Amino acid sequence: TYMPRPGDGTPRAVTLIPGDGIGPLVTGAVEQVMEAMHAPVYFERYEVHGDMVKVPQEVLDSIMKNKVCLKGGLATPVGGGVSSLNVQLRKELDLYASLVNCFNLPGLNTRHEGVDIVVVRENTEGEYAGLEHEVVPGVVESLKVITKFCSERIAKYAFEYAYLNNRKKVTAVHKANIMKLADGLFLESCREVATKYPGIKYNEIIVDNCCMQLVSKPEQFDVMVTPNLYGNLVANTAAGIAGGTGVMPGGNVGADHAIFEQGASAGNVGNEMLMEQKKANPVALLLSSAMMLRHLQFPSFADRLETAVMRVISEGKYRTKDLGGTSTTQEVVDAVIATLD
Amino acid sequence: ILRNYLCSMSPIQATMFPGDGIGPEIAESVKKVLNTAQVPIQWEEHFVGDKVDPRTQSFLTWESLESVRTNRVGLKGPMATPIGKGHRSLNLTLRKELGLYANVRPCYSLSGFKTRYDDVNLVTIRENTEGEYSGLEHQVVRGVVESLKIITRTASLRVAEYAFHYARTEGREKVSAIHKANIMRKTDGLFLTCCREVAEKYPDIKYEEVIIDNCCMMLVKNPALFDVLVMPNLYGDIISDLCAGLVGGLGLTPSCNIGEGGIALAEAVHGSAPDIAGKNLANPTALLLSAVMMLRHLKLHDKAEQIHNAITKTIAEGKYRTADLGGTSTTTDFTKAICDNL
Ligand SMILES: Nc1ncnc2c1ncn2[C@@H]1O[C@H](COP(=O)(O)OP(=O)(O)OP(=O)(O)O)[C@@H](O)[C@H]1O
Ligand SMILES: Nc1ncnc2c1ncn2[C@@H]1O[C@H](COP(=O)(O)OP(=O)(O)OP(=O)(O)O)[C@@H](O)[C@H]1O
Ligand SMILES: [Mg+2]
Ligand SMILES: [Mg+2]
Repeated sequence: TYMPRPGDGTPRAVTLIPGDGIGPLVTGAVEQVMEAMHAPVYFERYEVHGDMVKVPQEVLDSIMKNKVCLKGGLATPVGGGVSSLNVQLRKELDLYASLVNCFNLPGLNTRHEGVDIVVVRENTEGEYAGLEHEVVPGVVESLKVITKFCSERIAKYAFEYAYLNNRKKVTAVHKANIMKLADGLFLESCREVATKYPGIKYNEIIVDNCCMQLVSKPEQFDVMVTPNLYGNLVANTAAGIAGGTGVMPGGNVGADHAIFEQGASAGNVGNEMLMEQKKANPVALLLSSAMMLRHLQFPSFADRLETAVMRVISEGKYRTKDLGGTSTTQEVVDAVIATLD
Repeated sequence: ILRNYLCSMSPIQATMFPGDGIGPEIAESVKKVLNTAQVPIQWEEHFVGDKVDPRTQSFLTWESLESVRTNRVGLKGPMATPIGKGHRSLNLTLRKELGLYANVRPCYSLSGFKTRYDDVNLVTIRENTEGEYSGLEHQVVRGVVESLKIITRTASLRVAEYAFHYARTEGREKVSAIHKANIMRKTDGLFLTCCREVAEKYPDIKYEEVIIDNCCMMLVKNPALFDVLVMPNLYGDIISDLCAGLVGGLGLTPSCNIGEGGIALAEAVHGSAPDIAGKNLANPTALLLSAVMMLRHLKLHDKAEQIHNAITKTIAEGKYRTADLGGTSTTTDFTKAICDNL
């Protein structure tokens, strides 16, 4: 049994960003379920939208105070003048690790079985450095920056995660045969950290081969650690084979703060139809908020929430369209609440 | 008439690089099958040297490159780049020197070989000369390195043009440009601008843009959504391997490099597979299908069709399959079975 310290049950404040598109719908689902199970959290809500130039300071202040945030997607305009707020948030708060858990949900049939992959992705540098310029008309350069510091800390996080969660293997994903210096430095850092965890197997895989292996033999992977862009692709591929964006939980974490969001395509805001019909799948964000409850040291609430969600999925009566069903978000939420024990 | 007759009799010269690792074994298989099918091709074989040729700065000799330039068509096995400094990678040398700007990788479910996906029929077209593969990297200070990704208008237009041209001539309906312009606004942004410009000239071909991470997800959920995909170098590398995974692995997927002035250098997508090299275990299908692409390029459609059918028939029969397809056949037995099915 879990023996809390006195006072551990005091409700904790969590910053809530409903976001754009389907964001309010799925964060709303979380609010309802949290309330139904009397979880010791309360939300401080902020309106943030993808078309803002910057994340408002009060939002950052709130997250810094609360340390924990739950958020829906923020739309990223393609090729426009503003930079992605999802990326800004990660950078401002130095949430250097992104974690996505891709696994087969019991009862949900997909093309692949035995998938249980955790992608730990470096979140602050690499191809997302945002350093780009036009050299002469018609020639543009983009800088990918890899540092020892960031590579080491993400490697440490991945191994620590593996150690704490009884995972057996960490796979580093790279393209060091081409980017010898940049990805080479990343690998070098991973290897160094690996020597400190003799109990955890370490191997390396080239990113293209990795994607191929993911679609053919995903069961071979356990924890994966990646630079920024590869992590994005690997996580989406892994999410795709195990059921899709709508069910994979994830979060971003740094030394001091954490933001929980839909794991893959966190920037996804769904399409018009999903919004109009109110049929977004709340499962990903519900599972993410279970991760959040664990992060807040409320493991029993996390377990209850997770169990209820899994049961609803495996019973198969209430599923949204992306899982082959016809339910609305609210019907799934009601089912989860009814299943809570 | 006499001229035509002579032409059809005198064989076409084509360059062949057997390459490293499993290369010689699968190249042997190709020669055997094409021979049996009486394809009028005469191979000019070239090997990778053991010294750096100063004219190419790599282990590939100038003569080898000249051979491709003259013949304008060739087939290449995988080439592993020997580790060490002071020379260029072999594949890079070929690409740069021959201006191989587009890499065409058709990916389709082979009838008769069941995978988890049986509705794949798409073609990835990868920009081959720049992007993340510029090779420009440096250490800024200790512990900080930068790697440059270069996107140019010229190269982007050229590959986009090829993609649409390909779509039209192959009777395909849609071209999807794959990018990450929400993050790399300027580089991938330029790539998209170029694709859009070219798309305007091809109103009969549908055009769409898909963010690469979403593309990965869509591909594994429903690959039938795609037709022709065009993309910068690194994305092409990753996506084409992912697609290979959908249809049964690297042993099956061919490709063809298109170069300046219409050079075509066909090659398998896979590498030298050092783990199985020299063991008579390699699946020659990828290189065979690459040779088929080469034959189509040479307008030898009947031969191409004949060989293609023999391959699919052999795999579908299931009696002879290599280990990567779950069988126990050797490369030679599988090759023989294909020859018998011609
Ligand atoms: N929570 C969710 N519930 C239901 N569908 C979802 C959910 N999240 C994502 N999707 C759907 O999964 C697909 C892939 O999402 P992704 O973010 O990768 O794409 P997108 O660029 O937003 O695509 P689209 O324009 O179709 O919305 C989309 O069709 C999206 O609407
Ligand atoms: N034609 C083939 N038949 C059977 N297996 C293959 C074939 N080609 C590749 N493989 C397998 O696929 C895996 C990846 O092979 P590949 O040669 O592409 O690796 P690589 O490390 O990228 O090599 P390289 O450095 O030469 O590119 C290996 O395990 C190999 O055995
Ligand atoms: Mg590749
Ligand atoms: Mg390779």
